[in-house]
Amino acid sequence: MSVAPPKTVDETATLLRDGNYVADRSLATALHLSLAMGRPLFLEGEAGVGKTEIAKVLAQTLDRPLIRLQCYEGLDISSAVYEWNYPRQMVEIRLAEASGDRGREQLESDLFSERFLIKRPILKALEATGGKAPILLIDELDRTDEPFEAFLLEVLSDFQVTVPELGTIKAEEPPIVILTSNRTREIHDAIKRRCFYYWVDYPNAERELEILRVKAPNAPEELSRQIVAFVQKIRTMDLFKLPGVAETIDWAQALTQLDRLVLDPETINDTLGALLKYQDDIQKLQGSEAARILDEAKREMSGKAA
Amino acid sequence: MSKTPKSPSPNLIVGGDDDGGRLAENIMHFARVLRTAGLPVGPGKVLDAIDAATTTGLENRRDFYWTLHAVFVNKRDQRAVFDQAFHFFWRNPQLLERMMSVMLPTMRGTDEDEKKKKEMSARVAEALTGRNEDEPDPREQEEDEIELDAALSVSANEMLAEKDFEKMSNAELEAARRAIRTMRLPIKPVKTRRYRANPNGARADMRASLRASARQGGDMIWLKHRSRRVEKPPLVVLCDISGSMDRYARMLLHFLHALTNDRDRVHSFLFGTRLTNITRYLRARDPDQAIDKVAAEVEDWAGGTRIGDSLHRFNADWSRRVMSQGPVVLLITDGLDREGAAGLAPEMERLHKSCRRLIWLNPLLRFDGYAPKTAGARAMMPHVDEFRPVHNLDSLAKLADTLSQSEVAAQRDMIRWRELAA
Repeated sequence: MSVAPPKTVDETATLLRDGNYVADRSLATALHLSLAMGRPLFLEGEAGVGKTEIAKVLAQTLDRPLIRLQCYEGLDISSAVYEWNYPRQMVEIRLAEASGDRGREQLESDLFSERFLIKRPILKALEATGGKAPILLIDELDRTDEPFEAFLLEVLSDFQVTVPELGTIKAEEPPIVILTSNRTREIHDAIKRRCFYYWVDYPNAERELEILRVKAPNAPEELSRQIVAFVQKIRTMDLFKLPGVAETIDWAQALTQLDRLVLDPETINDTLGALLKYQDDIQKLQGSEAARILDEAKREMSGKAA
Repeated sequence: MSKTPKSPSPNLIVGGDDDGGRLAENIMHFARVLRTAGLPVGPGKVLDAIDAATTTGLENRRDFYWTLHAVFVNKRDQRAVFDQAFHFFWRNPQLLERMMSVMLPTMRGTDEDEKKKKEMSARVAEALTGRNEDEPDPREQEEDEIELDAALSVSANEMLAEKDFEKMSNAELEAARRAIRTMRLPIKPVKTRRYRANPNGARADMRASLRASARQGGDMIWLKHRSRRVEKPPLVVLCDISGSMDRYARMLLHFLHALTNDRDRVHSFLFGTRLTNITRYLRARDPDQAIDKVAAEVEDWAGGTRIGDSLHRFNADWSRRVMSQGPVVLLITDGLDREGAAGLAPEMERLHKSCRRLIWLNPLLRFDGYAPKTAGARAMMPHVDEFRPVHNLDSLAKLADTLSQSEVAAQRDMIRWRELAA
């Protein structure tokens, strides 16, 4: 039997914390609602703020299988939901021919029966394996196109899929559905209406430091503080792609590997690639600019400490 | 896992005097406030909210806030409105009655203010489009116009087609607008990864084949075929509305409107000194109405140009949201930049790299001897895939032809232009 879902917002927050996920109270509330009311949770936010991670943590702490559907342009029913097993169907036709004991009607209904159905992520998610309804992660929904979104409507509101040849397949126990979007385009309202919505923002300094303590426990405390102050500072700058939490963690781990105890301009220059992913942005920061920001961040830190 | 209660707990709806009853009622009033404020809140959402509030419980104000937030808000931009409404509404639930009476006049007040603003902007728009109030509204004229259209002699049409927008009289402009309304832009469709049944298709459609053969008893399998479905690529239009582009810009707006209503996935932006997204306004069916709305929204009509700055804003704020599906970009500008093309080249490069095809439409190209020698044009030229004129009806119509023409030919033209710019 799987772990029972949390009953209060506090329990949900604890659950996430147990899975090493540092969440805002607001996120815990939205997640709690989604779990308690059996509705999908729609997470939107910039890349690298920990949207996908939530589903993974849930799967781990609630002890349920995680089924992930990575969206891409042109994703269609046969790779997302189901496909018929054509080779086996052809063999079946040959067999029927050889034995000659089945009529047309019979053969047709035999050929398109569940035996020949290859289940893809969404159909799999509608089946509870071992009494555990899985967690279905529909990742980066904004990458797919509108027709697929429209198809999802049936799945998200009724947890069922209609196969024309077979009929409607309905989940006995609905899966926990998490959708994520990087907002490279607006998702249709009809989808959003069926979900609870939450915008995952960049964390504030305090929260980010907490995240670093959990995710990069080997980093020296002073280094973590400086990293957070520096990252928070450059998030206010006019860059093409602001660093997400994932980048902060990467950077902290990289610097720990390099045995740095504090940030200095030279180290920043050398490791900026872990934090910024566009050449323009790196160029903008390299050299004196990084030193200036670091100075500023340090001054603010000491100002706060005093 | 707990089952979703299909109907909200009855005591929340019916209960007269207990707290629960008031809560349901209050949430309903709150939803109405949000609706007045412009959030898409339907009755279904109210029931959801009541349900959700019961699920989280009411011990904690912050949880209550995020509970209602999860239900009522479904876009990031709605957050601010929700936040204000929440804090105002739930400050003192006992004073609900009084608050509603306080809220309503203010709502109405803002409504009226807005109306005033609209009226004013309509007048501004009229002033801008040069239409006199005494003149009959073109919308009312529509039916006569159709006849007029047919009656317009061929030669008149031809003259109109070749006349520069800049030199047209008001009546001619009106006629040109009508012609533009029917224009289409045949950008080469792209293959998608979806398929459709096609007897001449190159790929076998196994599902259809097996179905057909099973229907016939399975003696023979007739191969059915399918082919890739094609689709128009999305279109992003960036149009310059600075002083030097003024006359064209208004005409081009009509063109943009025709484009927006002809195909899906068109995003339009105007820029002079700042960038404005006008996609939503252009979706109005009626062109005049749409353009009135645009005129009311845009603040930098016929001012200076800061191309580099505007493109930077586009790249930073919009690129990721509208450029993800490989669009064709139409950049409409004369390349005359007030800032001496400061920072223009890198922004052009970024723009070029994030789209399928970048087409520069330049009204100055009407002059035979035009050479892209200004600082702006030189900065832009290396990063465009096609360079076309856009100054009269004829060039708009030709644009349609050239865009469907081969990319190789366009490439040849570009080599010449780049040499001129160098």
